[in-house]
Amino acid sequence: MAGWFTGDGPGEEFRLLGTRCSGCRTVHFPREDGHCRNPGCPGGELEEVPLSRRGTVWSCTDGRYRPPPPYVSDPGAPWVPYTLVAVELAAERMVVLGQAAPGVGVADLPVGSAVEVVPGVLDEDAGANTVHTTWNWRPVAAEAGPEEPGTVPAAEGAVS
Amino acid sequence: MTGDVAVLGAGMHPWGKWGRGFVAYGRVAARAALADAGIGWPEVGSVVGAQTVRGGYPGYVAGATFARALGWQGARVTSVYAACASGAQAIDTARAQILAGMADVVLVVGADAAPKGFFAPAGGERPDDPDWLRFRVLGATNPAYFGLYARRRMALYGDTPEDFALVKVKNAAAGALNAYARYRKPVTAEEVAASAMVADPLRLLDICATSDGAAALVLCGMEFARRRGVADPVRIRAVSTVTPTFPRTVLDLPDIGTDSAVAVEPSPESFRASLARAAYEEAGAGPEDLSLAEVYDLSTALELEWYEDIGLCGPGEGAGLVRAGTTALGGRIPVNASGGLASFGEAVPAQAIAQVCELTQQLRGRAGDRQVPGARVGITANQGLFGHGSAVIAVR
Ligand SMILES: [Zn+2]
Repeated sequence: MAGWFTGDGPGEEFRLLGTRCSGCRTVHFPREDGHCRNPGCPGGELEEVPLSRRGTVWSCTDGRYRPPPPYVSDPGAPWVPYTLVAVELAAERMVVLGQAAPGVGVADLPVGSAVEVVPGVLDEDAGANTVHTTWNWRPVAAEAGPEEPGTVPAAEGAVS
Repeated sequence: MTGDVAVLGAGMHPWGKWGRGFVAYGRVAARAALADAGIGWPEVGSVVGAQTVRGGYPGYVAGATFARALGWQGARVTSVYAACASGAQAIDTARAQILAGMADVVLVVGADAAPKGFFAPAGGERPDDPDWLRFRVLGATNPAYFGLYARRRMALYGDTPEDFALVKVKNAAAGALNAYARYRKPVTAEEVAASAMVADPLRLLDICATSDGAAALVLCGMEFARRRGVADPVRIRAVSTVTPTFPRTVLDLPDIGTDSAVAVEPSPESFRASLARAAYEEAGAGPEDLSLAEVYDLSTALELEWYEDIGLCGPGEGAGLVRAGTTALGGRIPVNASGGLASFGEAVPAQAIAQVCELTQQLRGRAGDRQVPGARVGITANQGLFGHGSAVIAVR
């Protein structure tokens, strides 16, 4: 998942990274580095761009049974269900799927409610002492609103 | 109609968990279809195999594998992969060969021996495969996507888990009448509600199982059918295999993100709806002409979506149809009279062919206790990974 997000270092803002076509402004996530998917696109360069930090819940569900590999989980440990949430990003006009932050369940994610992206743990390799980072979605307090102004598609070229 | 091809024979292997290989199932189904058609295998000019990738190497070469299992006889051979739409694309290939004059008689076969539990991608470290990625990064199983759609319907249209359960009750009642179905027991709403939650709000009995199974068809030109003394065969009038259009705004397996609609306004028509529309246009028919429909009820909630996509009702009105009994046997437009995937389970390359087998028996008036009276026109609809999907219209 190299280049799918940025800002998991100290002091940085965590953001998903997509690519945006300079010809038609279409945004792709996960990043598309080969070709713009718009059939009517005049042609353009695909440039890395951070996605909106906030969105609204399109829908959500959970996984009550352990998914098969290549999902990484410890078969010796009891299965802890995770929540999946599909999030609508207003500026990009797209939906991005992700796991909800630990402890967040479907009851916390009504369709249309505001969520924000935060770093999360994909899996830990105890032997190599490494933690693989991923993105999680978590509810935003109601007064914060679905989208802060001027996030995306502001940044030209953006975070790299 | 010049675009018609005749269904001369249909055959299946019972679905279930039989512990054998897909070749054995496919051979049984093929033999049954040939016997039903009254055609000797050496008379078949072309064989088209619908294949599965997940089933391992032999599945990649299904056409030749079935031909060998029946005995090499020099027929033209084709192997077709289109995920869960493989069977319909195999039918489409056979039809094209017949209409192009490349073969008089084509045998279409799909068979699978599915693993138990969740479908999973092929093995190895393959981050360039979206199907591998959704499992590796998110643990997003097929039922997870079905759960997302179901919850979205609840929020948008007020569908309830009880509505979803009605679909299972209806399909199980039909499946109980079908000797080829894996599950042949009626199911109650209480049993659905008491089954384990898999992907909230969907429970075990809302989601179709994986199965072994096989289905086959013998297709031929109208002139060949007449020469065989079959003056009024079931005819395939349309096979739609269109792709989605950009931007695709409904999250679909195996994708992690949708297309962005920043540059192009999305079509108001869903991909699934476009599959049916293309078939209706080709057939010169519409939803009002239908006697019955077979759709992929991968989940109960998804069947309600198909009602809307094949034009039986408007958006959000699907639950009303199942509540009113409109889509049950005896209703105005029975859907999944075969019992559907709820009763069969998934045997990927076989299921779209099995749908046409059901239409064939119904249009012949030979569907026994689940016969739709006076059936004249039927549609099938299915969808597979990576933007594959199709709809078949058969008439009598
Ligand atoms: Zn472009």
